[in-house]
Amino acid sequence: MKDEPKNEAEQLTVEQAIANLKQKEDLGKRYYAAWWLGKFRVRETEAIAALLMALEDEQDRAPDGGYPLRRNAARALGKLGDKNAVEPLTRCLEFPDFYVREAAAQALEMLHDRQCIPSLIKLLDGGVAAATRVTGKPHLVQPYEAVIEALGTLGATGAVDLIEPFTQHPTEKVKYAAARAMYQLTKEDRYGEMLIRALSGDDLQLRRSALMDLGAVGYLKASQAIADTLAENSMKLIALKGLLETNLDNQDPEISTQSINIMNLMDSLL
Amino acid sequence: MSDVQQLIEAVNQADSADLLLKTVEDLAEATDQAAIPTLVEVLGFNNPGAAVAAVDGLIKIGDPVVPYLLKNLDSYNYGARAWATRVFAGIGDPAALDLLLKAAVSDFSQSVRRAAAKGLGSIIWSKLPAEEVITAQQKVLKTLLLATEDGEWVVRYAAVVGLEALGNTLAISQPKLVSEIINKFQALIISEPEAAIQARIKYAINNGQLLTDN
Repeated sequence: MKDEPKNEAEQLTVEQAIANLKQKEDLGKRYYAAWWLGKFRVRETEAIAALLMALEDEQDRAPDGGYPLRRNAARALGKLGDKNAVEPLTRCLEFPDFYVREAAAQALEMLHDRQCIPSLIKLLDGGVAAATRVTGKPHLVQPYEAVIEALGTLGATGAVDLIEPFTQHPTEKVKYAAARAMYQLTKEDRYGEMLIRALSGDDLQLRRSALMDLGAVGYLKASQAIADTLAENSMKLIALKGLLETNLDNQDPEISTQSINIMNLMDSLL
Repeated sequence: MSDVQQLIEAVNQADSADLLLKTVEDLAEATDQAAIPTLVEVLGFNNPGAAVAAVDGLIKIGDPVVPYLLKNLDSYNYGARAWATRVFAGIGDPAALDLLLKAAVSDFSQSVRRAAAKGLGSIIWSKLPAEEVITAQQKVLKTLLLATEDGEWVVRYAAVVGLEALGNTLAISQPKLVSEIINKFQALIISEPEAAIQARIKYAINNGQLLTDN
C-alpha cells in the first residue's frame, strides 16, 4: 500500500476525518484524513465536498514541488464513486505534478465516466517518441501506464491507433498496460498472448502484474498459463477468479465446461 | 555422499532463484525422508516456484513429514505457514487435524485460513481410531460452516471446496451431516455476494453425490 501512512494507527470517526481534512493547521492530519475517507468508502456529501476542496490545496507541498494532499484526495475520490468528481479530476490531468495526474487518471478509470476520454487521450500526444524519462526523475513525461489502463477500462475504442504503438514501448509496465488495454478494446488474441508471455518473464513483479492484468480483462485462454506461473497462489487465485467471472457473465445460468475447468484449477491452488 | 545428500547439497549451494527451483525439483523427485528438513526449509524462502516444488515433494513423502513439520512450523513467517498448511492438506493425516481446525478460522493470514479450509475436507478418516471419527467430523463440519462466513472471498471459496469434499466422504457414514452441508449451500447461493463462489456451490451441488444421496 504505497498510499498508506505508516505511523498512524489513529482511529477516526467520519465527523473527525472530515473536520481534520478541512482544518489548515496540521498537514499530516489532513493527508491522513483524505486517505481514510477513501479507504473506508465514506460517500457523504460533506466528505466529497471536502475532498474536492483538497484537490485544489496549495498549502501541502512536498520537497519535490509536488502536492501530496491533492494526490491523496484524487485517489480517495476514485474510490468513492461520486460523479461530481469527474470534472475536477479531469482538470487534474493538466496539472504540473506528475503524481497528481497519475492519481487522477487512476481515479477516473474507477469512476467509469467516459467524459474524460478526450483529456486522457491528450496525454498521449507525441506518441511513443515523446514518452521518455524526465531527466532527474524516476518517471516518464506522462503517467502512461495509468492513462492507457484507464482508456482500456473506459472502452475508448477511438484511441486504439494511439495506444497500439505503446505495446512496443521500452518500459515493460507501459508495454503491458498497452497490451491489456488493446485486448480490452479489440478482444484480439495477440494482445492476450503478450500478457501470457509476460507470465514467464524473469521479474516476479512483472509476472504478478501480468496475472492481475489477465484477471482484470478475463482472457479465458490464459487459465492454464496462470496456474503454471511462478508466483504466489493467492495472486493466481485472484486472476483465475477474474477469468471465471468473465466466463460466467458470458453465459446462461448453467455452469459451462470452461467454468468448471477454471474452478478445478482454482481448487488445486487453494 | 549418497545421492540424496548430493541433491541436498545442490539445494544448499543454489545461488539464484532459477537454480533453487531446479535443485528443489530434483530433490523433491527423490521422495526420500532424508530430504524432509531441506524441503521444509525451502517453504520459508520467498520463492513461490521452489515452494510449490517443495510442497509437492513433501506430500509425496507423506506421513513421515507430519510430525517433523508440526514441530518445525515457522509461526512468524506466514508465507511458510501457508505452504506448510498445504502440505498437511495434501497428506490428509489426522495428526494435523487440531492445527487445521484452529488455523481455518483464527489464523491471521488469509492464505493459511484458505489452505486449512481446503485441507479439512481431505482428512483421511481411516487413519483415525474409529471411536474418534464421528466427533472429529462434527468439529470439522462446524469449523467449515463458520469459514463460509470469512471476510475474504478466497477463504469462503476454500470452505465450499472443503465442505464438498467432506460431504462426499460423509455421504454413507453420516447422512445427517450431509444434509447440514446441503442446507448451508442452498442458503449461501442466495446470500453469497461473489459470483465465483455461487458458481462453485452450484458446481458442488450438480456434480457431487450430495443431492442424490439425500
